[in-house]
Amino acid sequence: MSARTRPITTTAGTRPFAFSEAALAECKALMARYPEGRSKSALIPILHIAQSENDGWLSVNAMDAVAHVMGLQHIEVYEVASFYSMFNLHPVGTYVLDVCRTAPCMLRGSDDLIAHLEKKLGVHCGETTKDGMFTLKGVECLGSCGTAPMLQCGAGYHEKLTIESADALIDALRARNQRTNYTDQ
Amino acid sequence: MSRKLLFEHIATPGIRGLEGYRANGGYRSVEKALRTMSPEAVLEEVKKSGLRGRGGAGFPTGLKWSFLAKPEGVPRYLVVNADESEPGTFKDRYLMERIPHMLIEGMITSSFAMGAHTSYIYIRGEYFYVARIIEQAIAEARAAGWLGKNILGSGFDHEIHVQVGAGAYICGEETALLESLEGKRGNPRIKPPFPAVMGLYNCPTVVNNVETIAAVVPIVNDGGEEYAKIGIGKSAGTKLISAGGNVKRPGVYEIDLGITCDEFINSDEYCGGVEGRAFKAVVPGGSSVPIIPYELFLKTATGESRLMTYESLADGGFATGTMMGSGGFYAYNDAQCIVRSTWNHARFYSHESCGQCSPCREGTGWMEKILHRLEHGEGRSEDIDLLWDVQRKIEGNTICPLGDAAAWPVASAIRHFRDEFEYHIRFPQKVKDPKHFEKEPFARNPKFATA
Repeated sequence: MSARTRPITTTAGTRPFAFSEAALAECKALMARYPEGRSKSALIPILHIAQSENDGWLSVNAMDAVAHVMGLQHIEVYEVASFYSMFNLHPVGTYVLDVCRTAPCMLRGSDDLIAHLEKKLGVHCGETTKDGMFTLKGVECLGSCGTAPMLQCGAGYHEKLTIESADALIDALRARNQRTNYTDQ
Repeated sequence: MSRKLLFEHIATPGIRGLEGYRANGGYRSVEKALRTMSPEAVLEEVKKSGLRGRGGAGFPTGLKWSFLAKPEGVPRYLVVNADESEPGTFKDRYLMERIPHMLIEGMITSSFAMGAHTSYIYIRGEYFYVARIIEQAIAEARAAGWLGKNILGSGFDHEIHVQVGAGAYICGEETALLESLEGKRGNPRIKPPFPAVMGLYNCPTVVNNVETIAAVVPIVNDGGEEYAKIGIGKSAGTKLISAGGNVKRPGVYEIDLGITCDEFINSDEYCGGVEGRAFKAVVPGGSSVPIIPYELFLKTATGESRLMTYESLADGGFATGTMMGSGGFYAYNDAQCIVRSTWNHARFYSHESCGQCSPCREGTGWMEKILHRLEHGEGRSEDIDLLWDVQRKIEGNTICPLGDAAAWPVASAIRHFRDEFEYHIRFPQKVKDPKHFEKEPFARNPKFATA
C-alpha cells in the first residue's frame, strides 16, 4: 500500500463536529476567492481549519462537515485528507512533535534526537503518550537542513536542537499545556 | 566575492516590511515594466538573461514563458512553486521569510509579461508561518497600490493569493501542484498537454520556482544582458545554494554560477570546510541528484576543477558526475555511512510516492526494505544486484520524475560506494551498531569507487 493512502478512523473519538462561526466565515471567504465554479480549491485550507477545531485531527464527522460546507461528496474529502501527511486521521496529543528524520537532518544528529525523545516520552514515533500530552512523529524534510536537527510543533520550528534544549522544550510545553495547531498565528 | 542580486539587502534592518523594501529600491522593476515596457519587452529581457528554472530542472525560463498559450477570453495564471520539499533545500524559505516583497515584486512583473491577472503562491503546509509573512506583505502591497486594479495607472490588474499545502513532496512536481491547488490528491498529470497550454483550471499556466521569479527583479531592473554577464555559458546569473550536512557553516549562500566547487566547500565565505573529520561525499543539488565521492566533486574524471554550474556538475554524466538540481547541498564526513544514508533516502521516496505508477509505488518500497536489512546487518549476498535491478526498472518508467529521483540516489551510491555495501554484507555484526563508522571510518578504495 502506498504511504500516500492512509486509513481514516471511523470509530474512535467520533464526537459531533461543528465549525465555529468565525471558522465558518473564514471557510466561506476562502471558497469565494477562486474563480467561479472552482471553490473546491479551498479544500486543503478548509481541512486545516477543521483539524484545528477538532483537537488536531480529522474525524469522519469533521470531514463530513467540510463536505457539507463545500458542497462536495464525502469521498472527495476523504481521499484528499488521506493523501496529505499533515492531516492526522487519528486522535493526537495536545502537542504533535514532528521531528525531521530525512538525510540532511540525519547527518546532523536527528537519529539521536529521535531516540532520546522516544525514551524520554516513553513512546515510539507515531504514538501518543499515555497522558495524552505528546504525539511523536518522524516526518520527512521540513526545509530546515541548515539548522538541523529540528522539530515542528504547531506552526513553530524549533531548530538547532540539542538533547538539553529538546528537554527544555518538552518541559515548557508540558507546563503550558495548551494545544498547538499548524494554523496558529 | 560573488555578487548579490537577490540577497543584496537581505540583512538590511526593516527589509521585510514594505517601507524598508521600498527605501532600498524595491518595486522598481514594476515601475519600469508597467510604465516603460511592453509585456513582450519584459519577456525579451528574461530570454536574454539566460535565467534557468531554479527549482531543480534548470529549464530556460524565457522559453517556458514563450510557450504560454494565449487564446482569446481565457485567463492565464502564474503559479509560484513554494512547495520546497527537496531534501537539503531551504533557500526559498529563507528568501520568503526575510525579503517577502521581492517575491511579490517578481510576481507582478512576471505576470505583466504573461498577461496573467491572478497568480497563486503554493507554499508547503509546514511553512504556515512563512505563509503568514507573505500574506502580511501582500496586504501591505495591496494597500500601497502595487496590487489590485489599474496598478500605477497602467491599466494592468493583478491579485495574488497564498495557498497552503498539507505535507506531500510530490506537490513540488508542477502538475501535482496544480492538482493540489484544485483541491485534489497530488497525483501528477500526464504530459502533454503541458501546463503552458492546459494548466490550472484547464487554463494556460506558468509554474515557476520562488527563486526564479525573484531573479526576474534584477533582470528587469538592470537588463537581461547584465544578468547574463555573470556565470559561464548556459549557467548565467547567481544561484542560491542551501548548504547543510557536515559543513562548518551551514546556511543559504548566493553564488555566482561558475565558482569552483573547491571554493564553495572550503572557502570561509561559504561552507568553510567539512566539520571535524575527513570529507567523504556530497549531494550537491537535493537528495534526488546522484551522490558523489569528494574527489569527484572537487575534480572531474578528466582532472579538471569542477565548477558550480549546471554543465560542470553534470560533467561525466552519471558515471562520474551529478547535477545542480535545486541547490540543496549537503556534505558527508567520514563518520557517515553511505548505506544508512541511502536507506534514509529510499525511505523518503517510498513515503512520498503518490502511488499512481506501479514501478515507483512498489519499487520504492522494495528498495527501502532491501536497504533497511543491509543497514541493519541482515543483508544477503544477492541484495546489491537486486537493488540495482529494482532501481533500473523504476527509472524512466513513471509519469513524473519522482521515480527517477528515487532511483538515482540508489544507483549512484552503489556505483561509487559498492565496497561499502559489500562490507555491510560481510560484517553484519559490525554494522548493527548504528554508528559503525564513527570510531573507525570505512576505508574506501577510491580506485574501485570511480571505476
